[in-house]
Amino acid sequence: MVAVDAWSPSPLQVERDRLRRRATLRSRLIAAVSTLAVGTLLVVAVTGSSGWPRVQAQFFDLATARDALPTVAHALLVNLEALLICGVLVPVFGMLIAIARTTQSPVTLPLRILAAAYTDLFRGTPLILVLLVIGFGVPGLRLPYVPTDPLFLGVVALTLTYTSYVAEVFRAGIEAVHPSQRAAARSLGLSYTQTLRFVVLPQAVRKVVSPLLNDLVSLQKDSGLISVIGAIDAVRQAQILTANLGNFTPYLVAGGLFVVMTIPLTRLTDYLAARDSRRRLAGGAL
Amino acid sequence: MPVLELQQVRKRFGQRWVLGGVDLVLPEGTATVLIGASGSGKSTLLRCVNLLETVDDGSILLDGGDITAVRADADAVRRRIGVVFQAYNLFPHLSVLDNVTLGPRRAQGVARGEAEGHARDLLSRFGLLEKAADYPDRLSGGQQQRVAIVRALATRPRLLLLDEVTSALDPELVGEVLSLVRDLRGEGMTMLIATHEMGFAREVADEVCFLDAGSVLERGTSQQVLADPQQPRTRQFLQRILTPGA
Repeated sequence: MVAVDAWSPSPLQVERDRLRRRATLRSRLIAAVSTLAVGTLLVVAVTGSSGWPRVQAQFFDLATARDALPTVAHALLVNLEALLICGVLVPVFGMLIAIARTTQSPVTLPLRILAAAYTDLFRGTPLILVLLVIGFGVPGLRLPYVPTDPLFLGVVALTLTYTSYVAEVFRAGIEAVHPSQRAAARSLGLSYTQTLRFVVLPQAVRKVVSPLLNDLVSLQKDSGLISVIGAIDAVRQAQILTANLGNFTPYLVAGGLFVVMTIPLTRLTDYLAARDSRRRLAGGAL
Repeated sequence: MPVLELQQVRKRFGQRWVLGGVDLVLPEGTATVLIGASGSGKSTLLRCVNLLETVDDGSILLDGGDITAVRADADAVRRRIGVVFQAYNLFPHLSVLDNVTLGPRRAQGVARGEAEGHARDLLSRFGLLEKAADYPDRLSGGQQQRVAIVRALATRPRLLLLDEVTSALDPELVGEVLSLVRDLRGEGMTMLIATHEMGFAREVADEVCFLDAGSVLERGTSQQVLADPQQPRTRQFLQRILTPGA
């Protein structure tokens, strides 16, 4: 048989490859032109409106943006700090709750009920309410040794809420592992915990990586909500600057910084999701 | 005009030819059986015919039309070809009847009543009517595979591809599936079959092709290939498969 390297395609195949390349080129061209058309239309519609000059001066003032950028960027460190702490705590607590909820022994029934009540409560409550209650309620209790720093309390509220989301994601992953996998592991003599640790959880986590990262992106921007309880983060800083300068541009600066901060993680999510679906469709053209 | 014709079909995975220029002709109403070791290219060949794989060279003609042409409508081609998989691939969320009527109703636009009538006819012909309302996980492997064959027939295909349809079955369930295929052969269904069941191959095949490393090494009637193989590699293969453990 001809080696792959030494093989030259038949005229039929050459023609087929040519047609395929042309079809690809044409689709790309159509996509590019239509994207350009829609983009142009949007720009023209917005900048052509009668109120545009005033909006531009109020929201898109370059000089103000330049002045605001260092201050707002510095305040963004507060959001990053909140994010880093939550990013560690949320998956850990979420996993524990998920494990508690998926136990099967009658002994652990109270644990299951507690875990279910927790997720029901915090998943159903708007984050801003949790923030307000924790942020203003906890200091009001005057508990000894409990810090009243708004950043600390904000992190607590964010963790409480996001743990309940993430726990549900993990639970879905655990339940999506086929029961035959547990049967196989237990029949090897692995205990319940070992089965969970070595067989179920590794598969469960792989299944939920992209929804998990999705929650993390969401956490990143929701960290801006801690401004409502007085933490001087990027959003709060932008608010202060807006009040001082009488111009809304700092808000857009803060918004831009948040987007920039979430983009790497969003791309990572896309990449992982694509890799996952490629693996699932391995060797198929459907 | 033959129902299916392969002309110098090539397919490669990386630096290796999985199919190295295969020719094949299936006249109407005939059964062609592909035999060969795992990895010899049987499954890839079937996947190419069903356009699940894109060929790297050569042509595949279905009723004389080139289905490997760039502009060929893959969905339209697949509506004319029935496929039965090794692992059944029934839809677990649908009842037997819904599994069978999904293709006709959704892909061919047949009305529900008509599709279900045809499905019930097919199911009763193969002794599966009482299972119509059951879900696949309630059925034995043999029943599941028979339902899968009925599902493939429900779209009234021109050609049926069977990819080692008994390999996942318990030995005592193999018989019921093979006898169904035998019936189809008797009714003149054109079939391309990959199998390891040599007795079955001998019985249904109009032509047997021995595939080795992506090429048809030997072909002929089942008498010629199975009873009197000319190539040493064919003999070796048959020896191994007929006396397991030897």
